[in-house]
Amino acid sequence: MWNKRRDEDPPKPFTPQVSQAATPAAASAPAPVTHNPVDVKKEITSVSSTPVSRFEPANSANSIGKSVKVVGQIFSKEDLFVDGTVEGTLEASEHKLTIGPHGTIQASIKAREVLVLGTIQGNVEAFERLEIRKDAKLLGDIRTARIVIEDGAYFKGSIDIIKPEPVKASAKPAAAAAAPTSAAPAPMAENRR
Amino acid sequence: MWFPGSRWGSRGDPPGDSGPGRQPASSRTVPAQDGSSTRASRGLEEFFHHIHGLSGLTLLDLGGATQQNVSFITDLGHRLYSENFLQILSEAVGPDGVADQSNPGRIEYFLRQTLDYPEGHFDGILVWDVLEHMAPALLAAVVERLHKIVRPGGYLLAFFHADDKLESVPHYAFRILDVKNLQVLQHGTRRPVQLFNNRSLEKLFAGSDSVKFFLTKDRLREVVVKA
Repeated sequence: MWNKRRDEDPPKPFTPQVSQAATPAAASAPAPVTHNPVDVKKEITSVSSTPVSRFEPANSANSIGKSVKVVGQIFSKEDLFVDGTVEGTLEASEHKLTIGPHGTIQASIKAREVLVLGTIQGNVEAFERLEIRKDAKLLGDIRTARIVIEDGAYFKGSIDIIKPEPVKASAKPAAAAAAPTSAAPAPMAENRR
Repeated sequence: MWFPGSRWGSRGDPPGDSGPGRQPASSRTVPAQDGSSTRASRGLEEFFHHIHGLSGLTLLDLGGATQQNVSFITDLGHRLYSENFLQILSEAVGPDGVADQSNPGRIEYFLRQTLDYPEGHFDGILVWDVLEHMAPALLAAVVERLHKIVRPGGYLLAFFHADDKLESVPHYAFRILDVKNLQVLQHGTRRPVQLFNNRSLEKLFAGSDSVKFFLTKDRLREVVVKA
């Protein structure tokens, strides 16, 4: 699964200076809509595809850079790293969502796993696990199966521990079979929700 | 220690294993390498004694979110709310903004930021030692609000330094290890705005059903208040 993105995308050099700035040129460039599993509705400023801070997201994660602001709804079908600003809703029900150190989220969040290094203002539902790192800030109500709060994290709100959802037996083999052969991410999230 | 002023059980509810003949609470502290220490807490034991066997309660922790407290309370099946009371106080009036603590506008703002909950919302509140950092006007408003948001018969656990000659009081983070033991980590010291004796504490919680004190060996009064 972790190598899925490498299979999808042709190898290209790491060019952080290009991706960090949401330049008009970048915005006007042909958007890789067909390959981007992040569906952004309403306004879209720009979505960068590389990590932009000291925190290194997993290679397989799609990312929203720190100079990017998204207002609307985001549905992701793969792991997502957000280091920019998001207002609205953010959903990655089957995947891991990472809010980077520069990330500022004013949205309700649903994800399988949520890692917070930045700021979230909104309710968070993490079906498997929520981790709030040092210096991160979360203002909102939490529903999760498991929570980790580092010393120095700021949290204001309520915590409800939920029982993890049982793993659906049919979904995993389908995902395993699809990963090595198909470049397109399996639309499991949509089917299940 | 059972103080004469205690009105615990005034509605006929059993005080558990406490009573006039009870020995003073043990507060043997065991220092750890990270600067924290572990100490027994009769107040904590008393607090959890009253919610023992229950689940699905709603508790509020005013000491900010810590992994230990979150895990402990949610593992018991309760819902936990967290407020970092002192941090919000510092942001609202500054770390030594005692003068501003009597400003009605500031008081209202602070209450909105920290204790804006429906009436009777909580079954218990872990107040820890935050109240002694407040000036009288703010303190009175906070205690009144605490009584409002905890349901009748719910409990508060608060700590106060018993030494009334202190020029600065340590500021602690309290982490629950189990129903009887706390890990205490000092975050620094703060100038005490008020220091309390038994009489002033009884007066402070005069509106409650009962107040029970435990004086620890390290001169900390642990107070369990039944709303």
